[in-house]
Amino acid sequence: MTLLNQIAETPTRAFRVRRPFDSGKFTAAIIFLPPALLLFTLFVMMPVIEAAWYSGFNWNGFGSPKNWIGLDNYRFVFDSRAFGLAFRNNILIIAVSLLIQLPLALSMALILAQKFRGAVALRMLFFMPYILAEIATGLIFSFVYDGDYGLLAAIYRLFGAEAPHLLASPQTSMLAILIVVVWKYFGFHMMLFIAALQGMDRNLVEAATIDGATRWQKLRYIVIPLLYPTIRLSAFFAIVGSLQLFDLIMPLTRGGPADSSHTMVSFLYTFGVMRMRVGFGSAVGVILFCICVTFAFTYKRWMMRDE
Amino acid sequence: MRMMKKAAFKRVALAATLLLLAAGAASAQTTIKWLHLEVNPNQVKIWEDVARDFEAKNPGVRVETQFLENEAYKAKLPSMLQSKDRPQIIYSWAGGVLKSQIEAGVLEDIGAQLGDIKNNLSPAAVEAFTSDGKIYGIPYAQSQVGFFYNKELMAKAGVDGAAIKTWDDLLEAVKKLKAAGVTPLMVGGADKWPLHFYWTYLAVRAGGKPAFDAALRGENGGFAGETFVKAGQLFKQLVDLQPFQNGFLGFKNPQALGAFGDGKAAMTLAISSAYHQQRALSADKKGISDDNLGFMDFPTVAGGKGEASDTLGGINGWLVTKGAPKETVTFLKYFVSQDVQKKLAAGNFLIPVYKGADEGLASPLMRTVAQNLAKSKYHQNYYDQSLGPSVGRVVNDVTAEIAGGSMTPEAAAKSIQEAFKQGN
Repeated sequence: MTLLNQIAETPTRAFRVRRPFDSGKFTAAIIFLPPALLLFTLFVMMPVIEAAWYSGFNWNGFGSPKNWIGLDNYRFVFDSRAFGLAFRNNILIIAVSLLIQLPLALSMALILAQKFRGAVALRMLFFMPYILAEIATGLIFSFVYDGDYGLLAAIYRLFGAEAPHLLASPQTSMLAILIVVVWKYFGFHMMLFIAALQGMDRNLVEAATIDGATRWQKLRYIVIPLLYPTIRLSAFFAIVGSLQLFDLIMPLTRGGPADSSHTMVSFLYTFGVMRMRVGFGSAVGVILFCICVTFAFTYKRWMMRDE
Repeated sequence: MRMMKKAAFKRVALAATLLLLAAGAASAQTTIKWLHLEVNPNQVKIWEDVARDFEAKNPGVRVETQFLENEAYKAKLPSMLQSKDRPQIIYSWAGGVLKSQIEAGVLEDIGAQLGDIKNNLSPAAVEAFTSDGKIYGIPYAQSQVGFFYNKELMAKAGVDGAAIKTWDDLLEAVKKLKAAGVTPLMVGGADKWPLHFYWTYLAVRAGGKPAFDAALRGENGGFAGETFVKAGQLFKQLVDLQPFQNGFLGFKNPQALGAFGDGKAAMTLAISSAYHQQRALSADKKGISDDNLGFMDFPTVAGGKGEASDTLGGINGWLVTKGAPKETVTFLKYFVSQDVQKKLAAGNFLIPVYKGADEGLASPLMRTVAQNLAKSKYHQNYYDQSLGPSVGRVVNDVTAEIAGGSMTPEAAAKSIQEAFKQGN
């Protein structure tokens, strides 16, 4: 699991602004750098290098790795149908996050950032799912989706229809998970936007009002452009979140049925850890790491260059 | 503020001293950590009693039970076994996982210490924990997979469970049950291994021991060979009748056993321990009563090379890890002694391995299972255990895929063979 943590770490690290130290700060760097560097090396770089080393072996975790098989583990990963599905699902989650969750969060934020009775209560309500632990959310929704006793089944029965078992069919399992993802995380993105809206310079909007701009024009030409940095941040969180998504999947479907709802991380866990194929799992970890690093650097370079 | 800090510091210091003292006292005696996976509180209670009894008879020894959930245990095992504070006694299903543990040298050979006691235990069960003449663990229970059925629901469709002898009989019964509006089979498809019982048992019936041994040697096309394709095809015949409960691929095993106990389906293919589990997991905690619950052997298949008496099931035992104190084996010897085995048998929790202790089984159903096991000349361990996790879990995967209709029997057999070749 250290591998996952370290992957989670990587993108935020790439975020940090590197500043060339001028002569005065050199001593400070000499004193303060080694502890951080040591920890980084020990807990981030070492596991990455170790994983890369293990990925060349056929090894079940007992004793020390002996059976060197070169790049075969990578071939097994790319040959696996389940990995293809997991990759597709990750892309799907990103797409839904950007095309459905983000606009939803933004429009909710635009409504709830205004001051009216109950606005704060509503904000709390929408933010609540985000506070809930992922495992708890997963369990709650596995009851909601239950085709015999669940809430969904009760609603279907109200209309006299037989409820589908959403989580038990390869065609619908991912849809069910996507609904939970949007439900759980849109509140967080909404809060990001509300915070940005409240920190916004109201004078610009007032000036536009005086100039006779309509509501739509104010939104389109002033508010949204001012929100761009937050939108980029929100998109960044959505993408990183998708690459890490694991603890919602496990209680809901464990990646099934027929591997239809794996993400890359749950694929790693199921096929690497649970099957005691450390080499194979490490190969998946390395692939995931490369994807994360590439994404983090590209995103920083192209999307966040203004900051 | 300052005063408070001082007081707090004092308290911490005191606590630390006490902790040290406590640790000192504890190290004066031997502690045996015993890791199990049992979820039925009634059975765990008997085990706890056994541990307390043993402590009373052996002063200075403490037996500490630890619990891990089944899947979590499998995931943690390798790193746990190689750490310094590993438990002294761990749970095992024998098979491929045991083999890799032996190869890694994390287990203790307890053959010499066991002495004659092994002659009192079922030879097949002891054999499962023996490798190169060394004994690494001690079996405590056996089990058989078979169909449990709800007599009342079967009668509703005019089906007699006792009369189902062949695969075609079973298919016929499923059709009748469906026509009568009864769900024929309950299965925990999300866990996959309950589905693998069908495929594996069909392979056992179709090919017998020779086919499995040949596949292990890679002969006759290995696991992609005729027997295993046939097992998939026969399973497909059943799947095509849509015999399982709605949404079966989303059911976990305990959930399915509970639903069977609630009378939601006529039959379930399960391990013999389902006898008590269906009660514990049912909504009213009573489940199906003894007079309403039937058990039948897995049906034979036409032209099958396996004997009708061949069984599929598990052998459960305890392994002793490297460096465990000698009291560990003393405890295990006590654990499989006649008295304790009889006590467990009386609760119908397991089929004991101690010769003669099965007479203590109060339930006739469980006695039948014990007799089946005694008669069986070929007892196949679960594939997902005997083939080791990397191949065994592929068997689980593909059987779930056949059941879900997303894979053909031929492709399924082929992917098992490929996983076997990739091996570990």
